[in-house]
Amino acid sequence: MATNSRLEVLKTYKIYIGGQFPRTESGRTYIATNAKGDSLANVCLSSRKDFRDAVGSARGAFGGWSGRAAFNRGQILYRIAEMLEGRKAQFIEELMKQDATKVNAEKEVNLSIERLIYYSGWCDKYQQIFSSVNPVASSHFNFSVLEPMGVVAAIAPQDTSLIGLVSIMAPIIAGGNTCVISASETKPLCAVTFAEVLNSSDLPGGVVNILTGKVAELLPFFADHMDVNATCYSEKDAASIKMIKEKAALNVKRVILYENKKWITVETQSPYFINDFQEVKTTWHPIENIGGGKVGY
Amino acid sequence: MIKNIPDFTISPRIDQVGIEERASRFTKRSIKNETKINGLKLALNMIDLTTLEGKDTDGKVMQLCYKAKHLHDSYPGLPTVAAVCVYPSMVGVAKKALGDSGVKVASVATAFPSGQSTRDIKLRDTKFAVSQGADEIDMVISRGKFHQGEYNFVFDEIAAIKQACGNARLKVILETGELGSYDKVRKASDIAMYAGADFIKTSTGKISPAATMPVTLVMLEAIRDFYYKTGKKIAMKPAGGISKAKLALHYLVMLNEVLGEEWMNNEWFRFGASSLANDILMQLMKQKTGVYQSADYFSND
Repeated sequence: MATNSRLEVLKTYKIYIGGQFPRTESGRTYIATNAKGDSLANVCLSSRKDFRDAVGSARGAFGGWSGRAAFNRGQILYRIAEMLEGRKAQFIEELMKQDATKVNAEKEVNLSIERLIYYSGWCDKYQQIFSSVNPVASSHFNFSVLEPMGVVAAIAPQDTSLIGLVSIMAPIIAGGNTCVISASETKPLCAVTFAEVLNSSDLPGGVVNILTGKVAELLPFFADHMDVNATCYSEKDAASIKMIKEKAALNVKRVILYENKKWITVETQSPYFINDFQEVKTTWHPIENIGGGKVGY
Repeated sequence: MIKNIPDFTISPRIDQVGIEERASRFTKRSIKNETKINGLKLALNMIDLTTLEGKDTDGKVMQLCYKAKHLHDSYPGLPTVAAVCVYPSMVGVAKKALGDSGVKVASVATAFPSGQSTRDIKLRDTKFAVSQGADEIDMVISRGKFHQGEYNFVFDEIAAIKQACGNARLKVILETGELGSYDKVRKASDIAMYAGADFIKTSTGKISPAATMPVTLVMLEAIRDFYYKTGKKIAMKPAGGISKAKLALHYLVMLNEVLGEEWMNNEWFRFGASSLANDILMQLMKQKTGVYQSADYFSND
């Protein structure tokens, strides 16, 4: 039999919710194409109800994930990097389908792996940098520590297929948050394949949920869902940013905006990205008058 | 008293495949907008808000009673729930807390949830709850005796408890999760109804599986057949495991299509649930505001 007579088995690109790969409940799809207009795959066109389900999963996973030892979160991020390393070839191939050159595709995948390891290392260290003991003028031991915000709804950077998604996701989950991420609308292939990597990485289901679809359709719900604690957006669209800020005010969501970030460079990784998704809790703990030598009673 | 009591050993057999397919078909209806809002409000009004924990305190029960009267004050025009369901020792507290709000007090009795005690103790348990002011009594049947084939024992026990209830309405819990087959659920339903039950109820909520749609369908059909034979209406209460608004709507669809509109109120149908109320409230607020809701903004009980 001639080798070219084999029918290629094509992958169904599904979404990732609660550790499962369902199709969108709406049953809709759209066709992902490359720059020449060739069709690459049928991809789920997620609806607000998929987002609702994803937020439910993220909320359910939050207690367990934020309660884990920071060191263990680091181990799991490292594991994601390991799994991604093992499937490098597949990601490079998908990036090239989506118009990247071989050199750039390899660079993007390598950097994604390295970025995961970078944030893996920070998991049990960022607290030391951003927490503090504060001088106060009364008999109190006063200290500030970081806590994760909760469920984060993020629109992945639209101009890249993999590195943008990884760069947004890693600091969010490194800090103990759970998230729902909408993939790049025009380059969705790697996001779905990356979900398969996550699913084989000891990452509990629901910590990361990935949807594919139209950003303009999903964005209002990312901004106004009352059970979402923070919304992250990385495009330069003023009208969308205004809308996010207005809707986010409903439950005082934190809005994290990244404009003009070049995710493919090493400048876009730092513990400050973890800090962006943390809240500071300050505690006043009453103590005896210290340092004065005099007893207070 | 009903004459012509049938031979329970020949209660109708249930077609398992047919019942499950029929039950799953009720979940395919599309209920939107005003219909949905009305359905949700009706479901809210049918809830027996329940707390049956060893750790229940007076404070916990009073809090639950407050919730029963004030489901979500920022949504004007909501109904109250139908009843608050507690242990006998808490009936007095609940009765006082609910006052003249119209919310009824239901009490479990008869050595709930296992029912493994003597007839005498079960009767005293029931009488105590009634004397404390319970409007409704939720009893459990003796599943062990039922499995041994001692249907007369089960029948007599229900009849005796019914007598002890006085004016209180009697709900008979079959604990379907321990019965093992739809045939037995049907048989137990027939025994309970002929013995004097005002309600038949699926479960205690203490074991899994609790209420399911097929089991509830079997019981609703038993109620329908009993009504045709005797002309007497019996109420239904699925309990346990119904925690989502959407599932509650599926149950209402089933109720409407099996027993009809006459049963579509809280005199003839109840949900035994604790977390269902909040999910319905969240759905109602979603319909009203257009925004998906968070449990953070609803009271904790």
